[in-house]
Amino acid sequence: MKAACYYGKEDIRVERVPDPQILNPRDAIVKVTSTAICGSDLHIYDGYIPTMERGDILGHEFMGEVVEVGRGNERLKVGDRVVVPFTIACGHCFFCHKQLWSLCDNSNPNAWLAEKMAGYSGSALFGYSHIYGGYPGGQAEYARVPFSDVGPIKVPESLSDEQVLFLSDIFPTGYMAAENCDIQPGDTVAVWGCGPVGQFAIKSAWLLGAERVIAIDRFPERLAMAHSQGKAEVLNYEEVDVTEALRAMTGGQGPDSCIDAVGLEAHGTTLDAWYDRVKTSLYMATDRPHALRQAIAACRKGGTVSIPGVYGGWLDKFPLGAAFAKGLTLKMGQTHMHRYLPLLLGRIERGEIDPSFVITHRVSLDDAPEMYRTFRDKQDDCIKVVMKPH
Amino acid sequence: MHTTAYPSDFDQTSEPSVDQLQRWGALAAAAAVIGYGVSRRSLPGLLMAAGAVPLAYRGATGRWPAACEALLSSSGDTREALSGPRGINVKESVRLECPVDEVYRFWSRLENLPTFMKNLVVVTDLGGGRSHWVARGPGGVRVEWDAEIINEIQNKVLAWKSLPGGDVVSAGSVTFEPARGDSGTQLTVTLQYQPPAGKFGKLVAQAFGSEPSQTIREDLRRLKQLLEAGEIAKAAGAPGTSAGAGR
Repeated sequence: MKAACYYGKEDIRVERVPDPQILNPRDAIVKVTSTAICGSDLHIYDGYIPTMERGDILGHEFMGEVVEVGRGNERLKVGDRVVVPFTIACGHCFFCHKQLWSLCDNSNPNAWLAEKMAGYSGSALFGYSHIYGGYPGGQAEYARVPFSDVGPIKVPESLSDEQVLFLSDIFPTGYMAAENCDIQPGDTVAVWGCGPVGQFAIKSAWLLGAERVIAIDRFPERLAMAHSQGKAEVLNYEEVDVTEALRAMTGGQGPDSCIDAVGLEAHGTTLDAWYDRVKTSLYMATDRPHALRQAIAACRKGGTVSIPGVYGGWLDKFPLGAAFAKGLTLKMGQTHMHRYLPLLLGRIERGEIDPSFVITHRVSLDDAPEMYRTFRDKQDDCIKVVMKPH
Repeated sequence: MHTTAYPSDFDQTSEPSVDQLQRWGALAAAAAVIGYGVSRRSLPGLLMAAGAVPLAYRGATGRWPAACEALLSSSGDTREALSGPRGINVKESVRLECPVDEVYRFWSRLENLPTFMKNLVVVTDLGGGRSHWVARGPGGVRVEWDAEIINEIQNKVLAWKSLPGGDVVSAGSVTFEPARGDSGTQLTVTLQYQPPAGKFGKLVAQAFGSEPSQTIREDLRRLKQLLEAGEIAKAAGAPGTSAGAGR
């Protein structure tokens, strides 16, 4: 089969690789009908994610048709149309029982590696380095899905691939980011980053009852989407001082909650952002947390900073003092995908949201190398790429 | 291959004398355990206290009590190789989302152990508390030994030691305790082993890895996956076996 494989920083190749096989009783094999490039895949593309190996199959946003089912799987059958959540969870450990699916104890065969870094390991992820399990990803014609009796959600034929594909990651991720804000009537939510997760965080903030949503970015097409699709007020951080603007917009109080949908490769125009650039380019720091610093500075006293953006290492100049002084709540982590799938499929079925609004590019799997670059460089107004492997 | 190996290199062969310091240490430890055990006013507490009596005897006299001596010297090399702090000591715990009786039932069928212990090839129950163990060394070298159960309390503890004549001298125990009410189990493995000298010594040491506790920890992680998820997580097939049906 064909698959998009990692060969090094900025080196993605579509290659012929062996087809996946059932390895465990609870596995299924899915024929991938649609797969997307995630903003977090760009961290891999840019060489920020350790323990990637040459030839690793990329991709964690995919859906398709079940073509083979392991003997221990009584929930799926051949022919089912499913969306696969990007986190891999066993469904039976302490964490799965507590609905903390992305912290599953049993899915990461390389947990020892993650333990060395973080103390304990979270769940495995598809196509996201060996520290996260080394599972082949879904930017391929076929994919093996472990624990497929608890992960994939069946979707009705009445909904198109484009309407349900983003249940695989970015819609639940944006939704959990907003849910983590514990939005109360009258609340203002500020969202840093108007990429796909930011767009879904904006929509979700409305769904969860926000009174105002303010979106922050610098790319006109992303701000335009946040405004036209997301109905958000927008701030271009290259044109205004974001902290001051937010203070003014909220009568000197600050947003009730702030969502950092940017993550470890934040871009900025202030002194600290340049400091991050220099340090990471000299390999003296792992992350560039400029957006997170600003979110903490801008947030109102007693507010919540919710972090769906991915961080990978040790943060420099992290303003914990400000977070402490203002009594902030910080919430973060990989999305507990399985918790949200039925809920959000329901919202799509009822027409409360059509996630396909975020798609700007529809291409074939063969175009993956080019599209990674286009997406990374934000060329051609690229916001979300969907690939058809067949 | 039943190679008879004697622990001549690591053991001075003569009965090790317990010096004064060790004896005081043993006495103090035994007193603490007995005190704690009795203070718990429970059956496990009393068992714990009773278990420490031989240690107190050893502290006072420098010798194990005759009963223990008989038990230990029936194997000879196990006792000598593993007395005191000798050999390699490993202690690892894992918490499982399964009730104690289920975990105990699985572990007490020793044939199950190779399904999650990476270096074990096969364990055969010989009956009468005895079992035959085959493990995998580096380069495919097999090491074998016989072991016998020396303590067995249902849903609480299993302890064993190796019998003379094997390639490995080892003793160990597994305890099973309820966790998070009765819904979970905290399983603790205590393992002491001494590879024989000579050609197997190095190989066995390597087989257990430079960090034996890490090896056991990974084994227990696989046990957890097996008992909780029903299967051991695998990201890919063995190299060379993943070629598919040519879709």
